[in-house]
Amino acid sequence: MSSTLDTLPVGGRGRVVEIMGDDAVAVRLMEMGLTEGEDIAFLGAAPLGDPLEFEVRGYRLLLRASEARRVQIQTAD
Amino acid sequence: MPSTLVPRTTEKNRRSLTVAIVGNPNTGKSTLFNALSGGAALTGNYPGCTVEKKLGRMRCKDCEVTLIDLPGTYSLSPRSLDEMVTVDVLLGRQPDVGHPDAVVCIVDASNIERNLYLVSQVLDIGLPTILVLNMTDVAEFRGLRINATALSRKLSLPVLETQAHRKRGIDELRKAIVAVTTDELPRPLEGVGSGEGRPSLGIDCEPRSETPAPHPLTPSPPAGARGNLFPAAFDSETELLRSRLSAWGETDFPPFLVRRLLLDTGGYLETAFGQQSHGVHLDAARHEELLAHLRDARQRLADAGCKVPAVEARVRYAWVREMLDGVVTKPATRPVTFSDKLDRVLTHRVSGLVIFAALMFVVFQALYSWAAYLQSYCEAGQGWVSGQVAAAISPGPLRSLLIDGVIAGVGGVLVFLPQIVILFLFIALLEDCGYMARAAFLMDKLMTKVGLSGKSFVPLMSSFACAIPGVMATRVIENRRDRMTTILVAPLMSCSARQPVYALMIGCFIPATTFAGDWINLQGLTLFGMTSLGALVAVPIAWLFRKTLFRGEPPPFVMELPTYKWPSPRIVLQRVYWQARAFVTRAGTLILAVTVLVWAASFFPANHADVYDLQRRLSEIELRSDLTDEARSELAAPLLDEQARVSAALLERSWLGQAGHLIEPAVRPLGWDWKIGVGVLASFPAREVIVGTLGTIYSLGGTDDPEDSALRSALQDATWPDGRKVYNVPVALSVMVFFALCAQCASTLMVIRRETGNWGWPAFTFAYMTALAYAGAWIAYRVAMAFA
Repeated sequence: MSSTLDTLPVGGRGRVVEIMGDDAVAVRLMEMGLTEGEDIAFLGAAPLGDPLEFEVRGYRLLLRASEARRVQIQTAD
Repeated sequence: MPSTLVPRTTEKNRRSLTVAIVGNPNTGKSTLFNALSGGAALTGNYPGCTVEKKLGRMRCKDCEVTLIDLPGTYSLSPRSLDEMVTVDVLLGRQPDVGHPDAVVCIVDASNIERNLYLVSQVLDIGLPTILVLNMTDVAEFRGLRINATALSRKLSLPVLETQAHRKRGIDELRKAIVAVTTDELPRPLEGVGSGEGRPSLGIDCEPRSETPAPHPLTPSPPAGARGNLFPAAFDSETELLRSRLSAWGETDFPPFLVRRLLLDTGGYLETAFGQQSHGVHLDAARHEELLAHLRDARQRLADAGCKVPAVEARVRYAWVREMLDGVVTKPATRPVTFSDKLDRVLTHRVSGLVIFAALMFVVFQALYSWAAYLQSYCEAGQGWVSGQVAAAISPGPLRSLLIDGVIAGVGGVLVFLPQIVILFLFIALLEDCGYMARAAFLMDKLMTKVGLSGKSFVPLMSSFACAIPGVMATRVIENRRDRMTTILVAPLMSCSARQPVYALMIGCFIPATTFAGDWINLQGLTLFGMTSLGALVAVPIAWLFRKTLFRGEPPPFVMELPTYKWPSPRIVLQRVYWQARAFVTRAGTLILAVTVLVWAASFFPANHADVYDLQRRLSEIELRSDLTDEARSELAAPLLDEQARVSAALLERSWLGQAGHLIEPAVRPLGWDWKIGVGVLASFPAREVIVGTLGTIYSLGGTDDPEDSALRSALQDATWPDGRKVYNVPVALSVMVFFALCAQCASTLMVIRRETGNWGWPAFTFAYMTALAYAGAWIAYRVAMAFA
């Protein structure tokens, strides 16, 4: 099923399909290792609900929900 | 070996080398820099931007190495002038630092995959490069095993393992730095063109025989081991762009930058070409043509299946995977470490916020009360020195200059040191252990409401105690627009120096009425209101700055959550020391100069002979041992009264006093008389001075105690020539609002100059805050008068 990264439930995993756009945010997301086919897991949100914490390429990455929305993912189900 | 090699015994000249250190944030880069340079560093700003320039020296047997500590970065794709600095330094295009002879690329071993992305870009520059795997202990803890020898072979680079915070592997790295710039150690493809920047091989730094055992330094086939990563279609577009640029006369534009120009959509280079800056000279029409060319080229690339900018991440990460294949072994599932468990508590919905609030409370308490304790020692010391000077020098302009100008100025600098030291002790500790990233994570949502990010929280909160360390603490904010906005609003936070003004005005004029069953006290409520006013006003001001001066999309928050580690006391103390030293040497001298100038304005051009005479007679009385204390004070009392009266008259006739009269028409709408005007003028260098100045002007002699009853009654009794009282509640409110919003602190302005590297920003801060203060005071006066 295809969706965006900000919609993953806590503990949910997905696979990166595409980063939308070509601005600073998109470039930074790619530089941080969110490339096509990479696995990514949602670990949880900050106490105030944003930013979000993910695990990708063996490290913990922080993104705002608005940034995570730019990442198209494929989930198993 | 070159034939020009001079035998070591007669070699006198020390070769000088320049080595740049690059790496991702949180890789221990600064720790490594400190370990290599022994802690001593020259710091400043690169011209025209807010990036800190940090240079260190490393001595070895036959050469002197200048180390450049570049700011931590995730990539070499410049989006702003600040990010361009790193690229320019590496390319040898930054005129104020030398052309680097080599690059040390530091990598967090526990996160090697993501870190190698930057390495891949650095290798494109073509300088001799050393790869340093730092924090190998953390990697091992995570069950990650890296075969450094195999990695070195695959990358054709020297690869060293270090634990910089324990100073492990540093000597090997020193030797490798020297070796890589002298020996024909492997160097990546795409050399630096004409060979500029290649070290002269004329004098060998260290004979080959003494070169350390080549553990992972094993020389492998030179240049060429790393092929081109990008698809052929991309290369032909690069070539096309290069020939286009050459046709326009841009012949020596480095290949690295041609490639960046093509890859970075909306990047810094695209705009730099249009601004006639950065060594490129395209006119507007050519710039349009260039942008059109780039659009077409990117479209062609997209059609050929290598869409810009995605192609870069794709090919580089593919290369990283290939390099790490068979080199790194990691556990199937990422083990849950102590760091992860700690985060479950520290970033938890409830406990995370509670612990954060408690921590901030401790920091704030320390800044507010511990610093006050240390500051009282500073002031006592200042008093003692002044006493010594007064005893040694007879009354006159020199004595006045020394006591009221120089010693007061030095004291005015030193008095900020306790707060700077305490704040940076906390910040260095929190940053070194990895908590600062969590603080930004916790507070980001709140700060995005004003258009800032979580990283602005700690600097702004610290500014409630004192804006000086607060402004200095904005260095943690990488984004220039966010950092500048934070710097500009930080002085609005109610610092501790505003308290004496509030105490004086509230104590004198706000009735101690209580309501809501004695729970709320009007005086306390006013104090609370005044303390919050600056922060409340800062919200729309910050928003406005983000919409006008620092317009642009909000910077990505995207960052790594680093692993917790024990802070290193050495690193923490070094950082505190350098901050304190930078403040004293850079800002301190300017603060001293301003204090002396204001002293001169309040001293000249009046004739002080009467005061000297009184001072002489007073000291004679002091020295009479035949009298009791009571008798002495009885004799001195009329003289002190006389001295206070004369001093007040002298102040009125001084330039400062004249200026006070001059601005009276301007301050009348605020309900002020010329005396308040003088007090406000005198307190522009330091707002707490108002209490002492009002004391002098109301002929009370020197007092700086807001609880002083003589001063209080003088204010309460002060009248206009027509007999009306000068002060009432509206005037007190207007004075307090003015002080809440005005930039009356030369030290803060000097620190802003230092942090921004530009006189324009302190001038702007001063102008906007003064305008804001005037408007605020006027509104407060008008509104209060309507109700009074």
